[in-house]
Amino acid sequence: MERYYQPEIETAPREQIQAWQDERLVRQVRHVWDSVPYYRRLMEEKGLTPDDIKGTADLHKLPFISKHDLREAYPYGMLAVPLKDCVRIHSTSGTTGKRVIAYYTQHDIDLWDDCCARAIVAAGGSDEDVCQISYGFGLFTGGAGLNGGSHKVGCLTVPISSGNTERQIMFMMDLKATILCCTPSYAAYLGESMKEMGLTPDQIPLKAGIFGAEAWSEEMRKSIEETLGIKAYDIYGLTETSGPGVAFECSEQTGMHINEDHFIAEIIDPDTGEVLPDGEEGELVFTALDKEAFPLLRYRTRDVCVLSHKPCSCGRTHVKMCKPRGRTDDMLIIRGVNVFPSQIETVLLNQGYPANYQIIVDRVNNTDTLDIQVEMTPEMFTDSLAEITGRQKKLVEGLRSMLGLTAKVTLVAPKSITRSEGKAVRVIDKRKI
Amino acid sequence: MNVKQISVFLENKPGYLFSMTKVLAEHRIDMRAFSLAETSDFGIARLIVDDVLATATVLKEAGFVCSLTPVLAVAVPDVPGGLNQVLELLAADEVNVEYMYAFLSGQNAYMIFRVADVPRAAASLAASGIRLVSQDELSEL
Repeated sequence: MERYYQPEIETAPREQIQAWQDERLVRQVRHVWDSVPYYRRLMEEKGLTPDDIKGTADLHKLPFISKHDLREAYPYGMLAVPLKDCVRIHSTSGTTGKRVIAYYTQHDIDLWDDCCARAIVAAGGSDEDVCQISYGFGLFTGGAGLNGGSHKVGCLTVPISSGNTERQIMFMMDLKATILCCTPSYAAYLGESMKEMGLTPDQIPLKAGIFGAEAWSEEMRKSIEETLGIKAYDIYGLTETSGPGVAFECSEQTGMHINEDHFIAEIIDPDTGEVLPDGEEGELVFTALDKEAFPLLRYRTRDVCVLSHKPCSCGRTHVKMCKPRGRTDDMLIIRGVNVFPSQIETVLLNQGYPANYQIIVDRVNNTDTLDIQVEMTPEMFTDSLAEITGRQKKLVEGLRSMLGLTAKVTLVAPKSITRSEGKAVRVIDKRKI
Repeated sequence: MNVKQISVFLENKPGYLFSMTKVLAEHRIDMRAFSLAETSDFGIARLIVDDVLATATVLKEAGFVCSLTPVLAVAVPDVPGGLNQVLELLAADEVNVEYMYAFLSGQNAYMIFRVADVPRAAASLAASGIRLVSQDELSEL
């Protein structure tokens, strides 16, 4: 039986969702115009005033906000309420440049926690559950978001944060944690560590996992589900829109329902900015409808994704987004070919390799090189050089048919690729261009 | 009669072989024979040791990937033509040797053969009077 945290919202008729979006967009554009001079200037440059936006049909007229704008506006430029009304900040990791700081009023925290609570209930959570939150706590939104959601659902919350794997496993076993929230790469690592300790899936009390904050493949999902003996649910979000919970998976596991009472999603052509119809792949753009402190309109996520309005067997009526294929800035261009790390992961896991890999891109004699380092495992090892190199060749073939280019595959020693407790470092680009 | 060889995955980079021999030295493992096969980026070390179980355990604990491989060990007097005689018998029986290595001890030459069907090769050599060597004998050398 599918359960919902807020059934009247999650299963609302489409007309109702449309009406909420129309009304809230008009109000939000007015709020931003009145309180964010930076965005007001962007609107003025397009000759727009709030009167031009009468509903979602006019959304496409509004200017986009990019990560660049957020950096320009750092630290207070996008703030839409007096600082005294804010109760918290979170911040991006800053790995791709200057950090972005997001501000929250108590109202913003409440609606964010609601979104995360919907995700936990969709994964089967209730007040009977013990929810272990192994996302990092602190400036990162992962820990705080799921922590808030878990409280709302009434789970016994274990705010253990990331790291210290032995302690993670001890708490999980001793407190009989039933739901695990962390990055997929950390879930895989926890699974690997538990397997090494001789724990079998039926000994592990977990029943579900909610994993997000990085791109992961369907194959990785299968592998995590098998090792931990759970159902693994995807969750999506970004600091700029609040954090995890913007979208979450239901029992169907065929995409994440976007919380459309709070966010409008669009798919655009990343080159022209033109809005694309349902089912076409493009860049995901979000408009926050009732955030007070940091209300971004048409924020370009750089995530490459497809939306689907097909009815879902879970009964939720909100639009679904596919697992993002990767951020447009995760995309590598190698010898002119677009390559997403998630495509490489798919091939590796399909051929039985572990999820621990590293992609090393370099440029030698003006030609891009792609070296994929894969850890040797006891299951893959045999005494025969011919068998191992044969398997290596099969992997190179598989990668060539997926990517359309030839990669080198290097087998490296077990545990030689650094394990991540948060977001995994998959790509090392040594090219100096 | 087969003997267990330990095969170890090694990354082909400076210091990696040393990191393995260091583990063996620290645990006072005594090697009888050792051979190394390599490609450009990885290699397989093949070892005959005094204590197979202890060696496999310490290597796994140190994070190495290794496996046990059944091989055939024979002893012939260390005189010209010794290896030739053994290979002639295997060839006559159409046994393919995947790889082999050898070492000397006392008056004997010891040869380790990797073949697809160890029992069949063992039976054919024994029938022709070639002395097969047991794991215990290797341990006590």
